[in-house]
Amino acid sequence: MGLEKISGVFERIIPLADVLVAIAVGFVASGALMEVGGYNALEAFRSLFEYSFLDTYYLSSTLSFAAPIMLTALTFAVGVRAGVFNIGAEGQLYLGALGAVLVAAFHLPGFLYFPLGLALGVGFAVASAAVAGILKAKRGVNEVVSTIMLNWIAFWIVEYMRTYQIADPHDPSKTIPVPPQARLPLLISGTELSAAIIIAIAFVIATYYILWHTVIGYEIRATGLNPDAARYAGIRVDRSILASFIVGGVAAGLAGFLEVTGRPPHYAITTGLSNLLGLGFDGITVSLMGLNHPLAIIPASIFVAALKVGARGMQIEAGVPLEMVKAVQGIIIISLAAPGLIRTIQARRRAKLVEEVKPVAG
Amino acid sequence: MPVEALSQLAEIARLTTFSMTPLLLAAIGEIITELAGVVNIGLEGIMLLAGFAAVAAAEAWGPLAGLLAGVLVGTLIGLLHGWISVYLKGDQIISGLGINIFALGFVAFGIEALWGVRGYYTPPPEAKVPRIPGLGVSPTFIAAIVIALVSYYVLYKTGIGLKIRAVGEKPDAAESVGVHVERVQLAATVAGAALSGLAGAFLSIDWLAAITKELPAGRGFIALAIVNFANWNPILALAGSGLFGFFWTLGEWVKNIGTIKAVIPIPLLNTIPYVATLVVTAGLIGKSRPPAHIGRPYRRE
Repeated sequence: MGLEKISGVFERIIPLADVLVAIAVGFVASGALMEVGGYNALEAFRSLFEYSFLDTYYLSSTLSFAAPIMLTALTFAVGVRAGVFNIGAEGQLYLGALGAVLVAAFHLPGFLYFPLGLALGVGFAVASAAVAGILKAKRGVNEVVSTIMLNWIAFWIVEYMRTYQIADPHDPSKTIPVPPQARLPLLISGTELSAAIIIAIAFVIATYYILWHTVIGYEIRATGLNPDAARYAGIRVDRSILASFIVGGVAAGLAGFLEVTGRPPHYAITTGLSNLLGLGFDGITVSLMGLNHPLAIIPASIFVAALKVGARGMQIEAGVPLEMVKAVQGIIIISLAAPGLIRTIQARRRAKLVEEVKPVAG
Repeated sequence: MPVEALSQLAEIARLTTFSMTPLLLAAIGEIITELAGVVNIGLEGIMLLAGFAAVAAAEAWGPLAGLLAGVLVGTLIGLLHGWISVYLKGDQIISGLGINIFALGFVAFGIEALWGVRGYYTPPPEAKVPRIPGLGVSPTFIAAIVIALVSYYVLYKTGIGLKIRAVGEKPDAAESVGVHVERVQLAATVAGAALSGLAGAFLSIDWLAAITKELPAGRGFIALAIVNFANWNPILALAGSGLFGFFWTLGEWVKNIGTIKAVIPIPLLNTIPYVATLVVTAGLIGKSRPPAHIGRPYRRE
């Protein structure tokens, strides 16, 4: 009787244990790669930690990068809840950022820049997401393929706009900046931490509420759990899938919009979209580490943001190219793909225990 | 004029032999893997890692070693993905995503660690695979065609192929007649990934002769689209790779035409292969049928 209760608690702890094991594997494996590459892995990890948490400025940078990636994580998470792998947050984020700077090209009353930029950016992102959603829901097109194609299309469209239409005449390496009236206030002056983090957290909580406390949220989750059963229960599966893409598009578009309206000093899109690249894919790591649950995504986003920010320290102090942290993320994801690892070991141990107990019981 | 037009067409055809080769190799590999019931969306990452290894090996020991290094890297990643998918019963899509993200980080790291440059490295000319004299095409292209034809024959006309397809359709039935389901799935995953590895080596030391972290530029995913387009048939994959490769060549070709370049700027011309892939895949509905037991780990009752 007591045993069942304990094993119930145990089952719930397993996913968290999976995540912790994956993080450990990520660090050990990447540490080995760094040593092979001729770097001091311990020094690298020490500076990674120092430059991400151990200072008000670095800590605020970490929190500032948690904002966009918790939103792009939401894009992936809502998709998974509906049973699809929407990896289009990357391109949708570019489009959200485009909306924010595009309005600056027009002479408007100052108070209009923020809402119009937001509407435009989120609108572009949702349009891209809707293409993938409609192709998936109506035509069965593999969303992994369509969203990657849309990411590349978004990349080149925004690059085109950046170089041909809205380049900064004083500095062609970036776009015209977001007008001062549309910039988000900084929470701590002298840092990069803006109100974007508050908006991002509010949006994540709102999405949690939609998924678990509204009809459409229930339908999305039912579709993901078992589309046939959902259809049998009268749920319009194609509508649920499309809805998941739309919510994901809003989240990713918002992420891009907040990134350029909230991050000093440029408040613009830089050459080759260098200040945006990867923020969408980082969300995949965040979502998987947060077990695709909106609330768990928040702490996971802080972890991955710390990796991103700490990578600079790793480069300065240990000379390790900062892309290394992306390899760490990859290893963590690969490890998370095999949660069977822990369960297989446990099952084997249990089988062994049963073997050992048998003669006594017999 | 007609002579010039003909020679231009011939040149487009020659260029297409290059742009279609990585797509064809990766698509054939994925067809083998998927027919056995395993999905690998990590083709993009495998190409990138293999492309990196190929440059390093070719620089040291010549182009043939480079191609082999690409195949070896593909094999190793295939073993990893196969082990996770087949034996640990893990999530195949997530494993593939992880491979792609790892590759992005590792190759950017590796370029700097190995050559001390950021983002872009060009190997010396002697590391490059030579062209077939007279034709101006790569020997890897010919090899890819042969691999496609042989794959078709093996998959659809031999006992080995029957075993592979049986495992992807009805693994329990296959097992009941003595097929080792896991072993076949692992072998098919490794074979598929090895071909993606060859595709990556082709990109970095054969066609383009450079390594960047954008080397595959979505080709791994276009190969996935070709698998659907081809309805898991290597012969149709040949046609699909030709079509999608043509779009890639077209995108580059029109950049050299002054009048087009004046109207449509280059960044927008760069979208051609991706838009074409979307449009073509959207046009094919319900015409292809995936293997019945695809993407799910096989669990015995």
